[in-house]
Amino acid sequence: MSTQPLSNQPRPMDFESGSMRRNTARRSATNYFVSGLCILATVLVILPLVAILFYLIYKGASSLNLAFFTHIPAPVGEVGGGMANSIVGSGIVLFLASLMGIPIGIAAGVYLAEFGRGKTLATAVRFTADVLNGVPSIVMGISIYSLIVVQQKHFSALAGGVALAIMMVPTITRTTEEMLATVPHAIREAALGLGVPKWRTAISVSLRTASPGIITGCMLAFARVAGETAPLLFTAFGNQFWSFKLSEPIAALPLQIYVYAISPYDEWHRLAWAGSLVLIVLIMVSVTLVRIFANRGVLKGGS
Amino acid sequence: MSSTRMTPERESSSPLPVPSPLPQPPVASAADATPASVGAALSPIRDFLSKRGSGSFADNSFAAVMLLCACSIFAIVLFIFVILVVHSRLSLIQFGWKFFTRQAWDPVSGDFGALPFIYGTLATSLLALCMAVPLALGVAIFLTELCPRVLRAPISFLTELLAAIPSVVYGLWAVFVLVPLMRDLIGPFLYKILGWTGFFEGTNFGVGLLTASMILAIMILPIISSLTRDIMNAVPNSQREAVLALGATRWEMIRIGVLRNSRIGIVGAIMLGLGRALGETMAVTMVIGNHPDISKSLFAPGYTLASVIANEFSEATGDLYLSALIEIGLALFLVTIVVNAIARLMVWAVTRNAPARVN
Amino acid sequence: MKLKVIAAAVLALVTAGANAQNINGAGATFPYPIYSKWFSEYSALHPEVKINYQSIGSGGGIRQVSEGTVDFGASDSPMTNDQLSAAKVKVMHIPTVLGAVVPVYNIPGINKDLNFSGDVIADIYLGKITKWNDSRIAKDNPGANLPDKAILPVYRSDGSGTTFIFTDYLSKVSSGWNSGPGKGASIKWPTGIGQKGNEGVAGMVRQSPFSFGYVELIYAETNKMSFGAVRNASGKFLKASTGGVTAAAAGAAKTMPADYRVSITNAPGADAYPISSFTWLLIPTHSTDANKAKALADFLGWMLDHGEGEAAALTYAPLPKQVQDMVRKSIANVK
Repeated sequence: MSTQPLSNQPRPMDFESGSMRRNTARRSATNYFVSGLCILATVLVILPLVAILFYLIYKGASSLNLAFFTHIPAPVGEVGGGMANSIVGSGIVLFLASLMGIPIGIAAGVYLAEFGRGKTLATAVRFTADVLNGVPSIVMGISIYSLIVVQQKHFSALAGGVALAIMMVPTITRTTEEMLATVPHAIREAALGLGVPKWRTAISVSLRTASPGIITGCMLAFARVAGETAPLLFTAFGNQFWSFKLSEPIAALPLQIYVYAISPYDEWHRLAWAGSLVLIVLIMVSVTLVRIFANRGVLKGGS
Repeated sequence: MSSTRMTPERESSSPLPVPSPLPQPPVASAADATPASVGAALSPIRDFLSKRGSGSFADNSFAAVMLLCACSIFAIVLFIFVILVVHSRLSLIQFGWKFFTRQAWDPVSGDFGALPFIYGTLATSLLALCMAVPLALGVAIFLTELCPRVLRAPISFLTELLAAIPSVVYGLWAVFVLVPLMRDLIGPFLYKILGWTGFFEGTNFGVGLLTASMILAIMILPIISSLTRDIMNAVPNSQREAVLALGATRWEMIRIGVLRNSRIGIVGAIMLGLGRALGETMAVTMVIGNHPDISKSLFAPGYTLASVIANEFSEATGDLYLSALIEIGLALFLVTIVVNAIARLMVWAVTRNAPARVN
Repeated sequence: MKLKVIAAAVLALVTAGANAQNINGAGATFPYPIYSKWFSEYSALHPEVKINYQSIGSGGGIRQVSEGTVDFGASDSPMTNDQLSAAKVKVMHIPTVLGAVVPVYNIPGINKDLNFSGDVIADIYLGKITKWNDSRIAKDNPGANLPDKAILPVYRSDGSGTTFIFTDYLSKVSSGWNSGPGKGASIKWPTGIGQKGNEGVAGMVRQSPFSFGYVELIYAETNKMSFGAVRNASGKFLKASTGGVTAAAAGAAKTMPADYRVSITNAPGADAYPISSFTWLLIPTHSTDANKAKALADFLGWMLDHGEGEAAALTYAPLPKQVQDMVRKSIANVK
């Protein structure tokens, strides 16, 4: 750029003028002020998290013992007992949910990324998935109750699994699609050029390349539904004994925490804290795994 | 492996460009099939390929399965909607649109209206937004523009962790920590400072609209802040550099270069947070007080759409009571769908066109 | 390969414990402490029978048993004729124990037991009495140093038999209540905050200073909460006890109808505790699964022989002798 306009300035020493200096001072003060506010906001946000985590660890760790992992709940008012059946129950319900939710979610994502590019239908599916993602979990609970529980005439682990599976689908679909979109076209074209059919390309080339990212999506969805209580209230229902049958009511960790949290018994409060700690640790582990996978995914997708 | 076998076949077919008179089994696309088909009878590879069957069948059925799964998402949403409508028809017929403007909630005489719940839901969600949005924006700005590189990853990890804590655990924490804190510390303080506004009237028991809003704010913060961060990251650096080059301070750069470019997306992120707040159930149920009443005071107990379902759905006796509850579910479903749809459209508008907005 | 493993795992899950008899019940929170003790003891004695009981509230017990989604329900409010005719299965009532609903409060600094008249309790929930030092509370409690603090009434937000017993009593003693909110498992509360279950109300009252609520006696006892004496039909202030409940049931025991649906609130008698009630199991007369019905009938027999003896330890009153004999005959109809 030429210096012409500068030399044409009528008063080149304007920066020294009082009004300009005040202006600069005001601007930089605003700058510092807003920066300060942002830092304050961050501290304010981090604070409750740290508070929650520490309180949880403090309360939970002091209540955790071996019985918690090996015993079923004791009758009301009696000391002892654990949440072993809830932990296993949560595992069963989540396993069921994954079994149903993950394949459907991934397949829908594959459709969006590999077959639906630019189609109106794909846009509509994408949009519906986003909308489904926002449907309150309690609504999911009453729908599944009306569909499965009332029809089958019993509460069941299966109904709980279906409710959670539906909640997993949109997250998985969207991440799968996004991850498949990062797979370079050259790789697909190379496979197709070698005479590999399109379906085989989608499975062995695109999906495999994007697998770390897709696993991330599945884990995220898993972590999200692992802590859900509302959809299980009217489906899995809870059980104070061991139950391995899919057609029977089953205990689940979040459900049991809710029951214990609103109870008046100190013993149950103790168990609720311990249960929360276990639940949080489970979720934190999966979120951390997600981050490790996600980082690997970036490297692999780029190669 | 197949490429090496293909080579001799191509060689044999190339000197004979004339189509074979022999009738061929139908092949996927005529364009690339015609030159190759001649060698089919001769080449064991072609034989193998045709025995394996046409790729188009497998491809089409694979595509069909994928399509089916994609459409199942439609089916799910549609099915939820149909279920809700069918099961709430009793109440739909009985009360009609007035259901949403009536205050009554009287299971004994069978008189139902959703207004107190709608009020509770909107009041807590909007209040939560008022508290969460400035904080979330602050965090997002700090993380994208101000934060030293070393702190960026741990802080964003922490905020994501905040999003991963289950609702029921937030509720547990709220019942034992936030409620006493509200009752003994925050409540009296607010009454002293802002009592004249009339929003902090009445006795403060620790549970009520304000406590529910606070726990909601804590819960939607990470969602809004991480989405906002993504959106702000999508603003091209050239924008920032251009503003800085004009002599702007850092805040002016953020305001003019970043916030102005991403404002639609940020509004979208806020709407997504709102959608989450509207449907949040467990934590709110545990601290809101569960009393269907419309009160100006934020200390007063309230009730939300989601928590009335959680509390009363499994034990509602009487068909009308039940269908009124399901109609509340229907209202919640429709409201969150609309809010989410608007939000997604806004976020898309920005993240899709972000690079194109450099002008 | 992977699929096979998964399929095998699912199959193992489905078939595991197939020979065990799982019975699912749901309902009242009022008798939950004793039920959970009974069911846990019974399954220790009979490992093949597991009775899962979720305390979701009496309304829930009635709803779920009517829908046929549970094998039995439990309620402290007898089903109405409308509910019985609307139910998809034919349901019979089996009384199990008797209990009392007590007014609980949390007033820091007051250790003395307070006295409450029925109409005072009604007016607290009607919002007419808002302060602890209201003259009408003071009149029943001479000498008590009542604070000038607002009362936080806590009620049940779920469909509740405890609420039914409580409001049934209030309707009998307060005309304002009878013409206002009325009685029912869930009603329109003029004021206060709602909590889920006896557990929730007890938890809330324990947590909140100056609150007032109503729970089953055992919840007050196990949580060492202060609970008040209530004025009975003959004008005497009485703290809830198994003796008071038994006295209240004495009249009803003689004239027990065949379907056991009776109300014993505000019963006559100088020693009768006024907010007492039977609590019932709601059992389908024709179960879809004969084995389950058999297991349930066996349990009921055990309950009469051994369970009733444990009631007093948990502050429930056992069934009067005449009623026990009637129930023994009724069990034969469970099939």
